[in-house]
Amino acid sequence: MKTHILVVLMQDHPGVLNRAVSMFRRRGYNIASLAVGHTETTGVSRMTVVVESDHVEQVVKQLYRLVEVLKVSDVTNDPTVEREMALVKLHVPSQQRAEIVALAEVFGAKIVDVSVTAMVIEMTGGPAKVDNFIDMVRPFGIKEMMRTGRIAMVRGARGHSGADLVDTGWQNDVAGAASAAAQ
Amino acid sequence: MSDKRTGAQILCEALIQNGVDTMFGLPGGAIMPFYHAMWEYRSELRHILCRHEQGAGHAAEGFARSTGRIGVCIGTSGPGTTNLVTPIADAWMDSTPMLAICGQVSSAVLGKDAFQETDITGITMPITKHNYLIKRVEDIAYAVKEAIFIATTGRPGPVLVDITKDALQASMVPDYSKKIFLPGYRPTYQGSKKQIKAALDLMLQSKKPVMMIGNGVMMANASDEVMAFAERYQIPVITTLHGLGAFPQDHPLSLGMPGMHGWVHANRAIQESDFLLNIGGRFDDRVTGKASTFAPNASIVHVDIDPSEIGKNIEVDVPIVGDAKLVLLSLLEEEPEERKVTEFHHAAAEWLVYVRELQAKHQHKQQYLNRPDTSVMMPHDVYAVLTKEMNERGNYRVVTDVGQHQMWAAQLLDWYRPRTHITSGGAGTMGFAMPAALGVAVAHPEDTVWVVCGDGGFQMTNQEMIVVVQENIKNIKIAIINNGFLGMVRQWQELFEGKRYSGTPLTSPNFQKLAEAYGWTGITVESGDQIEAAVQQAYATDGPVLIDFRVEREVNVFPMVPQNKSIGEMITE
Ligand SMILES: Cc1ncc(C[n+]2csc(CCOP(=O)(O)OP(=O)(O)O)c2C)c(N)n1
Ligand SMILES: [Mg+2]
Repeated sequence: MKTHILVVLMQDHPGVLNRAVSMFRRRGYNIASLAVGHTETTGVSRMTVVVESDHVEQVVKQLYRLVEVLKVSDVTNDPTVEREMALVKLHVPSQQRAEIVALAEVFGAKIVDVSVTAMVIEMTGGPAKVDNFIDMVRPFGIKEMMRTGRIAMVRGARGHSGADLVDTGWQNDVAGAASAAAQ
Repeated sequence: MSDKRTGAQILCEALIQNGVDTMFGLPGGAIMPFYHAMWEYRSELRHILCRHEQGAGHAAEGFARSTGRIGVCIGTSGPGTTNLVTPIADAWMDSTPMLAICGQVSSAVLGKDAFQETDITGITMPITKHNYLIKRVEDIAYAVKEAIFIATTGRPGPVLVDITKDALQASMVPDYSKKIFLPGYRPTYQGSKKQIKAALDLMLQSKKPVMMIGNGVMMANASDEVMAFAERYQIPVITTLHGLGAFPQDHPLSLGMPGMHGWVHANRAIQESDFLLNIGGRFDDRVTGKASTFAPNASIVHVDIDPSEIGKNIEVDVPIVGDAKLVLLSLLEEEPEERKVTEFHHAAAEWLVYVRELQAKHQHKQQYLNRPDTSVMMPHDVYAVLTKEMNERGNYRVVTDVGQHQMWAAQLLDWYRPRTHITSGGAGTMGFAMPAALGVAVAHPEDTVWVVCGDGGFQMTNQEMIVVVQENIKNIKIAIINNGFLGMVRQWQELFEGKRYSGTPLTSPNFQKLAEAYGWTGITVESGDQIEAAVQQAYATDGPVLIDFRVEREVNVFPMVPQNKSIGEMITE
């Protein structure tokens, strides 16, 4: 199945994430990763969802059926910046510390906690780079690991701002069209 | 105007302002403040007490489907609202505009497993178009306005509003003026001109066109436009289960119902067509049979107000997102080149002769009507008499349940007017008919509402008969097609499972006596020669009547497309 990256802007209401995820579950769409948070616009939250599907246009249409979903964009083929973060806790005897510090430096990862026998490293980057880093440190013995979902943003001036999505104009269109249709 | 009102009063006023005049429900602790307030508004808001919330939900559906207006049902927190789940699911599958108003425990105890607390918004999330949990009196008026707007526009559907008891009890100076703000809700009504042109172009190149119309045509009140388009281009019209009545079946272009229990000629016409225009149908699997084999030679145009229906089950050549009526009007506005139209007419005329011949050969209806031997009472005999008597008197609506009797009704009764055939299609909910008919009868006191029901489904919701008496409703007549079986399941067992009649033989109470106990007139019919007198008596009686037709037990619905087979492969006996 093909992997798609969808950027979804939604009204920031209680339960909206639940609605989206519940729709994915019941229609059998496979979520590989999901991240959600606030945006530049008050009242709009943004979800990046990585979904495995050969019928992505159905996924997009079903998302649009949710009343609180404002905009869905498939950015799979767009030039994007994609980021994930991983926190990795390694079991590190003092004699290996230098080696790990060097490795972290190569990957641009940050050492955020050091104790006598352990280290916590923060690794941020594209998904492949994060994978790669984790493969490299695995031989040292990973005690704990947590990865966030992927977030994505299209490069350049074009993009997915929520600001122009929350005006009221459309509603009058709907009411007008509905009454025209009822004539 | 500056007087304070309770949340419950505001709820009543908001409902009235948004066009509600009839509601079906049953009270309980959490919703009691609403019932308290309803008393003052009873001249404008009629409340009909049902005996089970499922009945209230189906009654709201019957009201909505027969009028196109919002149907309203009410339940109290916990079991009162879970009892609404089945009709909500039914309304979801058949795109029925419905508002479910639910009482909820007070916000202070919400989330603490309080007495009769159920997460009804969580439960109904996948089967509502939208739902709300309202915890503040300030939000009630707007939620009602928005809920009814969502339920009745675009592709209609059920919307649930769950309101905590303390929000209903709190008071404020009401403000009904807040404008609807739904930036993510933008149903498309007007079809794209470009696509409409492309669709017509494609059609004019075809030689074997068919049109298929579904629930979308019914809901958009687009029957006249369907007729105008079909007649202008002389295209045969196929009506799905929910399209029955949207195109008069005695019209020379009408081919009737397709699909699993549709007519052989309708299915053959689809399979042999080279162009199919589907307006407001969703290519349900009961219509398409095995989807990959459906209309193999046809280019397909699909008109639907819900973009997610297009391309979901069947690949299409020209998608048109829009309201059935407005799209048809745009199609009618087009003035294609005279030469193309003439050529098209020429080819299509030949095709029309061919499909009409198919129809004459395969429409079994006439054959059944002329059955000479009526000593054994076949279900078909009952339908023949019903057809005759209904046609003689006019003004009928029929509500069917789910099973064999439903398919026979679709095949054998006459459908001329929109919103006269009301049934549970997408969900196939047994127990739908009796309570839904209550809603239809309330909305249409001038019509005779016939319930055609199986002996099985009838026993799921027959308690609503007493509501008919309490509300002094007289225009309901019930025909039970009593075959002593869960007939449709038995048919599958007979045809595909070596007659293992597991869990299908059915003992029933004496329905005549049951009717009498409810204060109805009850009639039992045991042989074919009594059918006519019974139906005439039903019509002559000024009040609700139930007729128990004890028909032949093991009769099958034919024609039939076996599950997951092509609609080209029908069994006919
Ligand atoms: C609530 C519900 N339960 C089960 C079914 C499965 N089912 C479909 S048709 C049918 C038989 C209905 O029997 P009856 O009401 O007597 O009608 P008949 O087919 O005999 O006309 C059953 C059990 C259903 N559709 N709905
Ligand atoms: Mg039966």
